[in-house]
Formats: sequence, structure tokens, C-alpha cells
Amino acid sequence: MAPHTEQLTRPAVRLRGLTRSFAGRTVLDGIDLDLPAGQFTALLGHSGSGKSTLLRAVAGLDHRVEGSGEISAPERVSVVFQDSRLLPWRRVLPNVLLGTDGKDAAERGRAALAEVGLAGRERAWPSELSGGEAQRAALARSLVREPELLLADEPFGALDALTRIRMHGLLRALWQRHRPSVLLVTHDVGEALVLADRILVLDSGRIGLDLALDRPHPRSPRDPHLGAYRERLLAALGVTEDPA
Amino acid sequence: MPPPAPPPPGAPRGPTAPTTPGGGGAPPGPPPAGGAGGGGGAGAAPPPRRPRTRARRGLSPGRRLPAARFIGPAVVLALWAGGSAAGQLDPGAIPAPWTVLRTAARLWTDGTLPTDVGTSLRRAGYGFAIGLTAGVLLALASGLSRVGEALIDGTVQLNRAIPTLGLIPLFILWLGIGETFKVAIIAIVVYIPVYLNTHAALSGIDSRFVELAEVQGLSRLRFVRQVVVPGALPGFFVGLRLAVTGSWLGLVVLEQINATSGLGYMMFQAQNYGQSDVILVGLLVYGVFGLVSDSVVRLIERRVLSWRRTLSN
Repeated sequence: MAPHTEQLTRPAVRLRGLTRSFAGRTVLDGIDLDLPAGQFTALLGHSGSGKSTLLRAVAGLDHRVEGSGEISAPERVSVVFQDSRLLPWRRVLPNVLLGTDGKDAAERGRAALAEVGLAGRERAWPSELSGGEAQRAALARSLVREPELLLADEPFGALDALTRIRMHGLLRALWQRHRPSVLLVTHDVGEALVLADRILVLDSGRIGLDLALDRPHPRSPRDPHLGAYRERLLAALGVTEDPA
Repeated sequence: MPPPAPPPPGAPRGPTAPTTPGGGGAPPGPPPAGGAGGGGGAGAAPPPRRPRTRARRGLSPGRRLPAARFIGPAVVLALWAGGSAAGQLDPGAIPAPWTVLRTAARLWTDGTLPTDVGTSLRRAGYGFAIGLTAGVLLALASGLSRVGEALIDGTVQLNRAIPTLGLIPLFILWLGIGETFKVAIIAIVVYIPVYLNTHAALSGIDSRFVELAEVQGLSRLRFVRQVVVPGALPGFFVGLRLAVTGSWLGLVVLEQINATSGLGYMMFQAQNYGQSDVILVGLLVYGVFGLVSDSVVRLIERRVLSWRRTLSN
């Protein structure tokens, strides 16, 4: 029923025995994980549970971190960070094109900006953008590389609640159109429930829960069917909702 | 926060004296002196009946005066001219402004001033160009490679600890009392602030941007060109402005102690002959040099760092 199920043939990301530790403290403890191509996965966990460590390992950003294990990831990987990380000395379009080559690069950059609703803002400075707009520009920067894997590290964590709802819709729409594999790291259970088709809970350095969500999109956070999922996720996170 | 209640009529208190709304820059009127004065004031002009929110006491200094930078110097100039005209200033010690201008015109037309100015500008220009180049190259070498840092940074810090003007005797021994040693001293005075500020800016690049460059797959060359160098430019300009000031300072010292030509030499000679008007002409030219060069650097800075202007307004 979910449109992506038939595509889940070869894994885009394959982790085997992934272990990472900081100053003797094991953060990731032998993680085995396959992310099928084109799947939208959310990774939940407490702060300090190692979600970001896992994402950074997949992104190849954890230089000089102790650890072992096998990682295979696609060639074209994009990362969206919690902050937009736009270079303040470049206008929006050159920021989107950072590291992108080719004759049609500017065209592709404009198209990506239009897709995230920033057409006409190509020549704006990053400091002239609102928080939501800056994060849209960051999304455009990740799209323009046509990633096979999109890694997002709490990309909406710094946005206000209204902007966040709009960004959820945008991210999901972009995923529908481009179909990268997505690994969304978040601590927001509601966000994971609205967006993802598979939710992983990271607990004590291991995948504590691996949950497939078979609900149609767009989802409402008040969808009663999501309630059961929410309870399982909260239980896996060791949180009990107030029974009253 | 609920709006503060308006003061009851007939009970004036100093801090709540009504201020005119919309009188943005105007200072609030003086509070009533005492109980009696306040009562009299309230009797003459009763507080307005309609409720209105009390204006907060403005703490900012208010709107900037037009041409604010020139008012102070203009006042000093006026006092100087007035004092001279009234005969209150000893013309031997402080000649009148018009005497200074007339002397400047005379020195210019008889050709001595252009020669001296040219000589001084050439010294400052060569020294500045060499120092700037050296400072930038050393900062790049030291900021972009660990080996470079190990070789250069400590050495420059050591050099910085020695007052450059203290090197003058040694440089005269090495290079003679000609132009070379003057240019060398100015170059050293210039390269140190350029190096220090550029190097600090280069090594202070936000690690988040380094991570971004890795994610975006930037080559090392592109990383330097698109991330490191633009990020270090603000620091470079701080160094550049210090260097401009430093080059004039070095020039003045060199020319007043160790020269046989140039502006400083002209002033030194004038001191021997008691020509205070010539000394003031020299100071005037130094002042113009400093003002013009600082303005040029600031203009370039504003254009190159135009992305920062949006932050400050």
C-alpha cells in the first residue's frame, strides 16, 4: 500500500558492528542496520543517546573518533544540520551551489530554491533570511546535489512550532519527488510519527526498537492510529505519559 | 505586563511628569522642583484627562547630529582662529591658521613641500606594500599548515615582543642610513598587525563551516578560497587598519630622527630655526595622510565586507 515498498530491494546504507566511543564511554555498541534505498527513516533517542554520533559516522564526519565496524553508504550523500550553516559571506544562490559544479549548476540551484519556495531570494544575504527560510535554503543546498541519501540532524529543532509544521510538509513533499533514502535524527516523537515510514529508537548504544509505520500521508498528528505507535515509542524511550 | 496606571490628577511627582508624546529626540522637561512648585505647575496646566500610556524615559543618546564628526574639530579651529585674531596666542608658538596655510602655499610653490611629501609617501608606500605582502603570506602559510604554524607563529610572536623602533640602531648598522633601512622598519611595523589578525582569523574559522565544506565535498583549494579566506577577511581588515596607522607612526619616528629628506626632516629643520608654522604644515600633511589612508581602507572594507552591513542595521 505504501508506494515505496516495491523499491526496498538493495540497502542504501549498511552498518555492521558499528561501535563508537568517546573517552572510554561506549556510545554506539555494535549496531547492525540496513536502510533500504528510498526509505524515510527516523532515528529517535534521548539526548546523548548517540543519534548524532551514528549520523556523523554514516556521513563520514567522525574523524579521530575511536571505533570500529563496517559502513557502506551511497556516493552522493547530503547532510542537513540543525543550523542552516549558510556561509554569511555568500548570497543565497552561491550558498546553495557550494561544492556543485557544471554548466547548468546555476539553473539547478535556482530550480532547487524554487522547489523550497525561495524563488526570487537568490541574491539575498543569509542574514536577511528568517530561520525557516535559512533552513529551506539549506534543504535546497542538499537537494541540488541529487543525493541518494539525505541525512538530517534535528533539522527543525531550532524552528518555531508553526514553521516546523510547514517544514514537515515540505520535507515530505521533497522526499516524494526525489526519493532519496532519508535518515532523520530527532528527539521529537511527534515529528517522527508524522514524517517517517520507519522509526528506530536508539537506546544504550543499540537499536532498541525498529518500528514500521504503515499509515498514509499526509498524516495528522491527531491521527488516532498513531496513538498506539506513540505509546510503543515512548515505552521504548522509557517515558510514560501521564495517565490522568 | 499591565500598563502603568496614570498618575492621579493633582498629585504630580517628578518622575511621572508627563512628557510630550512624539517629541522623540527632545529631552523630558525638568521635573517640578518641589511640592510647592509642583502644585503650582499642576494648577497652571492640569494634567490631561484622557488616559495615555506614560512614555518611558529614553536612555539612548538620541538621534545623531548632522556631520557630527566635524563639529569638534570645527570648534577647535574656530577657537584657534579667534585666539589668533584677538592676539591672545603667541604667533611664535602657535601661528594663526592663515599663516600656516600661507606657509604651506609658499613651500608648495617653491617645490620643497612636494619633494618632501613625495619622499615620505614613497617610504611609507614601499614599506607598507612589503609589510602587507609579507604579513598576508606568512599568515596564510602559518594558518593553513601545521608545519608552517610551527615554523612561523612562534617566530613572529617573538618578533612582536621586541619594540620595532628599538631595532633602528641595528638596522642602521646592517643597511646603512639610506632608504633601505627606513623601508625595512616600516615593513616590520606593518607586517606584525597584519599577520597577527589574519592568522587569528584564519585559525578561528568556525568548525561548523569546516564540517559543511567536508559534507559538500569541497577540494582543499576551494575550501581555502570559498570558506577560509572570506571568513578571515574581517580579521585581515582589523590588521590592515592597525597597519596603516603603524606605517605613519613609523614614518614620523624615522624621519624625525634619522633622515636627510622628507616631511619629518623638514619639521626637524624648522625646529632649529624656530619656524613653528612649518612644523604645523608638516603635522597638517601627516594628518591628511592618516585621514585619507584610513578612509580608503574603510571604504574598501565596506565594499568587500558588504555582507556584514546587513548584520549591523
